[in-house]
Formats: sequence, C-alpha cells, structure tokens
Amino acid sequence: MANFDSGTSGGSRIVRRFRVITIIELSMLVVFAFLPLLLSVVWSADDSFFWIVFTTKVLILSLFGLSFDLVWGFGGMLSFGQALFFGGSGYVVAVLARDLDVSSAFIVIPLSVIVGLILALLLAAFLLVARKPPSLIFIALGSLTGAYAAERLARAWYYLGGQNGVSVTHPLTIGNIELYEGVGFYYLAFGFLFFVYLGCRFLVRSQFGLVLAGIRQQEERIKFFGYQVQTYKVIMFTLGGGIAGLAGGLYAFHEGFVWPTLMGPTYSTQAVLYVLFGGVGTLVGALIGVAAIEFATMFLADYFQNIWPIILGGLLLVVVVFRPTGLVGLLVSERERIGSFRWRGNKKEESGNE
Amino acid sequence: MALLEANGIRKVYGELTALDGAELTVESNQFHGLIGPNGSGKTTLLKCIAGAETVTAGTVGFMGDDITNNSAASRARSGMSLKFQITSVFDLLSVYDNVLLSLQADQPPWPLICSRTRRDLHSGVMNILQQFRLAAHADALAGELSHGQKQWLEIGMAMAPNPKLLLLDEPTAGMSPEERRVTGELLRPIKSTCSMLIVEHDLDFIKDMSDVITVLEQGRVLERGTPRHIESSERVQEVYVTRV
Repeated sequence: MANFDSGTSGGSRIVRRFRVITIIELSMLVVFAFLPLLLSVVWSADDSFFWIVFTTKVLILSLFGLSFDLVWGFGGMLSFGQALFFGGSGYVVAVLARDLDVSSAFIVIPLSVIVGLILALLLAAFLLVARKPPSLIFIALGSLTGAYAAERLARAWYYLGGQNGVSVTHPLTIGNIELYEGVGFYYLAFGFLFFVYLGCRFLVRSQFGLVLAGIRQQEERIKFFGYQVQTYKVIMFTLGGGIAGLAGGLYAFHEGFVWPTLMGPTYSTQAVLYVLFGGVGTLVGALIGVAAIEFATMFLADYFQNIWPIILGGLLLVVVVFRPTGLVGLLVSERERIGSFRWRGNKKEESGNE
Repeated sequence: MALLEANGIRKVYGELTALDGAELTVESNQFHGLIGPNGSGKTTLLKCIAGAETVTAGTVGFMGDDITNNSAASRARSGMSLKFQITSVFDLLSVYDNVLLSLQADQPPWPLICSRTRRDLHSGVMNILQQFRLAAHADALAGELSHGQKQWLEIGMAMAPNPKLLLLDEPTAGMSPEERRVTGELLRPIKSTCSMLIVEHDLDFIKDMSDVITVLEQGRVLERGTPRHIESSERVQEVYVTRV
C-alpha cells in the first residue's frame, strides 16, 4: 500500500489540488467583469469601443464553445455539427426580426434557446436513440451531415437570403432600451455567459456529473449499475443544443446578420478547435480556447495578412499534439480536471476516523 | 419459488456453441458456485444471466419474472448486480466516487442533477468502504489501488445497492492467498441479505463458500449438488483430471 499519496496526510493536499481551476475561473470573471472600465481608462473611446465589440463576440462564442464542451468534454459525444444549433437559431431570430419585426430580447432569447433545444433533440433522436449504442464516428459523421445539409439548404433557399444570408437591421430591445454593439450588449452577453457557466458548473459537479464521468470512462460498465446511458447522452446533447442556440441568437443580433457558413462544418469545426485548444472536459477551458483563438486570429491576421491561417493551424496542431488536455492542461492536473464528487459537509468530523 | 431460474440456455457464437442447454437455479440466500474446466461456458452463462450477452435460446427468470429480453440496465434495477471478471473500476475517479456511482444508480437524472442525495448517501458510501477495508483510501484514485483492493472495491460496488442477487465473476483472480482469505471473510456476512452466484477457478475457495455447486462441461450441466457431493462425484473428477 505504499503507492498512496493520499489518505490521512492527503486531505489537505487534495484540497489544495482542487483550487487551480477556481483561481482561473475567478480571474476570468474579474477580467471580463471590469474589462469595459479598464479599456475606457487605457484607450481612447474609439479604440476601447473596438475592443468591447471584439470581446462581446468572444463572450458570445464562449457560450458556443461551452455548448460543445458539454456535449463532447462531458457527454463524450463528438458532435461535429454544433454549428447547426448555433446558426439555426441565428437564422430563425434573424428571419423573425426581418419579417415580423420581432426584436424584443424577451422573445428573441427564449426563442433562440428553444430552437437550439428542438434541433438538438431531433438530431439526438436520430443519432443517439437506437438499440445499440452509437459509435463516436457515427455521432460525429451524423451531426456533421446535419450541419452540412443545413448550410447547403441556407445557401440555396432564396427565402433565407441565399449566399448573402439575412441582415438583422433591428437592434435587440429590452423594453424601451435598444442594445447596439457596445457596453450594453457586452454586459448582456456577459450576464448570460455568467449564469450559463454557473449552471453548467453546478451540473458537471453534481451527482449527475459523476455519472457523466463514469460514462466517459467506461460506458459499457455503467449500464450494469442500472443507468440508462442514452438518457444521459440525450440530455447533454440537447442541453448543448440549447446553449448553442442561445449563442446563435445573440450572435445574430450582435453581428447584424447571419450567413450560411454560420451553421455549417466551418463553425462546427471552430467549436471543436476552441475546446481542444483551451482544454476539453473543463468548462473554463472552452472559454480560454475561444479567447485565445479569437485573439490569435485577429492578431495574426493583422501582422501576417497572407499566411496567418497556416500559423494558426500550426499553433493549434502543436497544442493538440503535445497537450491533448489543452492550455488548461498546462496548469490543471488530470485529477482536478475530473474532480471529486463526494459530500464534504463535515470534513473535519470525517478526518478523525480516516 | 427460486430467485433465479435459467432454463435451456443456448449461446452460439458463429460455429462455436458456448452453452448448450445449461440450467441453473439459485435460491434465496444461497451461495451458488459455478465451476468447470476452461471453455466450459461459466462466464458466458453468467453474462447471459446479467444481460451482457443475449441468449440464442432458453429463458432467464428472476424473482418470478421472465427477464430473457431485458437490458442489462433493467436487470440491474430489478436487483441483480454483476462484478466483472477483469476489474473494471473507474480508474480516474476516487474510490469514494466509484462507490457513490454504484449507490446512486437507482435514481433518475433529475434528483442527480440537484445532487439531492449526495449527503444522504455519504454514510452508505463510508459503510461500504469500511466494510471492504478501503476507508483509508476514500480519496485516492481507484487506479492507484493494488489489484486485490480493486477487486474488493469491485465487490463493494456490486454490493452497494443491496442487490438480491450478486453475480461474481472470478472474485479472487490474481489475488495472493492472504487476499483470498480476506475476500472470503468479506463475502460471508453478505449471505443474510442476498444470494450469490460465483464463478471461480480456485476450487478450495468455492468449496469453502458455496452451499450448492453446479459444474459445467462443454456448455452443459455435468453435476449439481453440495460441495461434498461434488467433491466425491466421479464424473466431476474425471473431467477435472482429464481436462484441466
């Protein structure tokens, strides 16, 4: 029994080991919460406006990255069609704004979530509910096909604007307030990301999250406990769809238009890369991945106008090959990544007899 | 009424007939040993009972219900618990979480999302860990345990949900003699609460543990009876002398 590094003395070590993610999370929270203020101090109004718009996009795409992380990093399903829900709901709210002048956040936001949920549920019914459990490749190719078909449909359908997509000319409204790009929209996106993140964090650290961790490690084994694995997968897949839908609705209004690529393989792949780069299986990894890739893209495109995709691709390859756990994996141990699900209510009382 | 009744079980893999009309009955609170030479179909029979394999022909009855076509998950929910042959603990989860995973399995997803039972199940988990001598390692990763401890954890996980029938596939495989003795000690008190079907190569262990032993040979039941009866059976001796 010499191979133990926990036990009595391990208690405090474990507590310490479980802190890194929290520190990263808190620092990101602080940075995002005060960024507009910070920018307005450092830069001129024009420059800081540019950065606020850019960061708003990062926040919205973080929701998108988070949705994929839930499905893959926690649900164990490689959804290569995550953009279907993102772009799909973007299109729905864009068309509604164009044809029916719907721009109230109280309709747009719930609707975009619902569209994402429904699309994901439909796809999950096809891909996940079968007598035999579907393979990773089947889910990946099935969802990829869905996204590809949606993109082709949008390109060819005149009603959806064809190649040009749909412009969203209305600003998002909350009561009488009109939200254009800028600080208002920034904090709207920040608020949604904050609460969605908290919800996801609660979920993946719950007893439900323990089942997910079990499914990821040994899907066959866990059935013999009596768990209905498919139910768990459908829940995660659908939830991921709903969050991607939320991101899509916000994105459509923030960018001012939607276009076919938004729901196709390109954006789906982008979601995969965000999460791979940042750190799959940690929620904060998705956020870091989005911020890092979006920032790197902009920076590289500025300085290396012609060859930036190659540099970015090389960078991604290096991280993915040498750090399968992503950037977060540099700081966070495997142990912390998976986490602990035990009840720690009366730890002091426990430590006496352990 | 017997707890478990498997009748006329046939299992064919391509050209190979693994089970050819095997019968097995386990009564309540009975420790039932299942032995036989290599390739006699012991593990296959256990898998057919647990739902890990579908039978080619025959029926499996559990507590009076025909469960032949039920999924493994549904069998588990009705009170059947399987310990795998090769230890399949969740290496990257803590020992504690392994047991919790097993204990909370009877709950639907929603209460699990709310972690409603995390607190209530705590003492249950600790009891299992203490019973199986793993309490000191509650926070260690299951992958860090020794082989014997992993086997105990497996048995503990199989026992955690208070099953009515425990299916053990080679619980002492790879264990030292001392670990085997402890395993026997850990298993014996279970008898008051549940029945057990054990597949095991260690004949001394199984004679020691079982009330009834069924001997399989080439997918069929060769002999069935008390350990003493089996020990003195010429047919069994013949098979073991010639085949093993």
